[in-house]
Amino acid sequence: MNSQQLDEMEMPTQTSKLNQFRTNFKEGNLSFDPSLRILSRSVLENSDFPTTRNESWKYTRLTKLSQLSLTTTEKINSPISVPLKSPYVISIVNGNIIDLPTIQGVSISRLSDCSEKQLELVCKNVSIENDVFHALNTLYIKDGILIEIQENQQINDAIQLIFETQESSIFCPIRIIIVGKKSSKAHFFQHFSGKGTGLTLPVFEYFIEQNAHLSLDKIQLENDESFHISTDQVYQERDSFFKINTITLSGKLIRNNLNILVNGENCETNLNGTYLLGDGQLVDNHTVVDHLKPNCNSNELYKGVLNGKSIGVFNGKVFVRPDAQKINAFQSNANVLLSEDASMNSKPELEIYADDVKCSHGSTTGQMDEEAIFYLRTRGISDRSARALMTQAFIGDVLNQIENEEIVDYVQSKLVELHDWVI
Amino acid sequence: MIKINNLHASIDGKKILKGLNLTVNAGEVHAIMGPNGAGKSTLSSVLAGREEYEVTEGSVDFNGIDLLELSTEDRAREGLFLAFQYPIEIPGVSNVNFLRTAMNEIREYKGLDPISAKDFMTMVREKSALVELDSKLASRAVNEGFSGGEKKRNEIFQMAMLEPKLAILDETDSGLDIDALRIVANGVNQLKSAQNATIVITHYQRLLDYIIPDFVHVLFDGRIVKTGTKELAVELEEKGYDWIKDEFSTVG
Repeated sequence: MNSQQLDEMEMPTQTSKLNQFRTNFKEGNLSFDPSLRILSRSVLENSDFPTTRNESWKYTRLTKLSQLSLTTTEKINSPISVPLKSPYVISIVNGNIIDLPTIQGVSISRLSDCSEKQLELVCKNVSIENDVFHALNTLYIKDGILIEIQENQQINDAIQLIFETQESSIFCPIRIIIVGKKSSKAHFFQHFSGKGTGLTLPVFEYFIEQNAHLSLDKIQLENDESFHISTDQVYQERDSFFKINTITLSGKLIRNNLNILVNGENCETNLNGTYLLGDGQLVDNHTVVDHLKPNCNSNELYKGVLNGKSIGVFNGKVFVRPDAQKINAFQSNANVLLSEDASMNSKPELEIYADDVKCSHGSTTGQMDEEAIFYLRTRGISDRSARALMTQAFIGDVLNQIENEEIVDYVQSKLVELHDWVI
Repeated sequence: MIKINNLHASIDGKKILKGLNLTVNAGEVHAIMGPNGAGKSTLSSVLAGREEYEVTEGSVDFNGIDLLELSTEDRAREGLFLAFQYPIEIPGVSNVNFLRTAMNEIREYKGLDPISAKDFMTMVREKSALVELDSKLASRAVNEGFSGGEKKRNEIFQMAMLEPKLAILDETDSGLDIDALRIVANGVNQLKSAQNATIVITHYQRLLDYIIPDFVHVLFDGRIVKTGTKELAVELEEKGYDWIKDEFSTVG
């Protein structure tokens, strides 16, 4: 029996798990290109949740997610947690937008208030065909937000995007489009938290125009029962700068798709991430940096610490297209396994079609340095504190990439709370 | 201070210590010398609680406590300090952060409140001056990128900060030039008091010109075979260890 026959046997259209999963969802009515809705519907009707036979979901099982019975809700309270002092707060509670701030030099609007012309940005670089989650998001988003940093504007305070789930068994799809116009500069802070089981499914689309500068700290503080599948789709024009730090602190299953199209010369792209996993958690970071034009730099550093029965996945693809000469692309993924039951699946992939480039990648997975632990213990430090110090040191180079001190302090305080760290 | 009685220890089934006896009292400095493979580093490892070593026989009394029953960290908290022969580099962990954690865990063990940040920094300044350690090194990652001499000075700096009752210096002098040796020895001498004691494990008599021992022991084949005063060290330097080997290798 070949795999296609298997697929057909397991996934008869009407009773597919995916169809079952979406029975309680209602399609949205945003006025973007109707063909996107038609395509999404068709993808969802004709496919099912990806299985581990699908290369890009090889280590991430979605069985438990597919068995959930979720619904959407309009119930909201104000968000409980707004970590930063910055007054620029955009809150999304249970998938509903609750308020939008006014920021000098930034235009912020709901997608439901946008013109058809503005909505042409929806799915401009996000592909629906091969991704049921993009299809789910596109078909079921009730609303979304368009944030445009105006030309030559520099926004000093962080723009906080606070995502909170306050109810259990909630499906929260949301679309956020961020445009950094020519020579603008802004810093975003994304914070995800919530309670109860559920699926948070955000899709972010970034358009970073010429000479614009956009940086982003993403903090994932989901609860032990929550599923989180997110896509950050980035498009960079010439002379632009993009940086993202993804800090995953908790959650049951977290999949981060981070795709960067570097379509201009002299761009800089920085992707950093760290994940600290405990028993029963899975974090899957899939990144793609696609260099289409010459003279660009990209740096990628992901570090993880895995404890208990946890699973980590890192898949980092870098493409350097034929005309993209003089590219410096570096990638590193390092992991420490603290328990015998933890497993890490790390796969760097470089595809280079230009001949004058500097690219490197490295992936390591090891245990804690027991000699160092012993050394610390001979100074009177308990085994537990020694391991905490070492863990903190290990992920320190990623945390050092966070420039905003308030965010650093916030992350540190969460680490103390979650892992009883000494700092 | 410490009474080691008939200590036997092995690693991977290989016997290294074979009935070692040693008593050190408060206020004393003891030097342990011996050829390679005699068991010098094994002794310091066993006393510090390195788990790869198995103690098969004997006892170690440390100020009335059964030392061998304690975890490595509790030994340190009771006042035992080991200056490593090869100090470990720990990237990302700052010297200062590490020492403050150590001091506070020791203080907590003794039922004391954590040291204030101000008192701690004052102490860092004083003690780093003692071993002429650049205060910049105090805030760098533990031993990372330190020269050999800086690593050894950092060991003595840590010892000065933690104020142990018994310090064991495991070949702290090896690889040091005269200047570095003088600084390290000077630090050790200044920390000496009637209440604490030092065991200096060394290969070279040279160190003992700077740290004057009250007793010199020769460790050979897992036991102390000879004990004398600092003149014994001079004799060993002149004559080497062969005569010790000739005299004792037939025994046992």
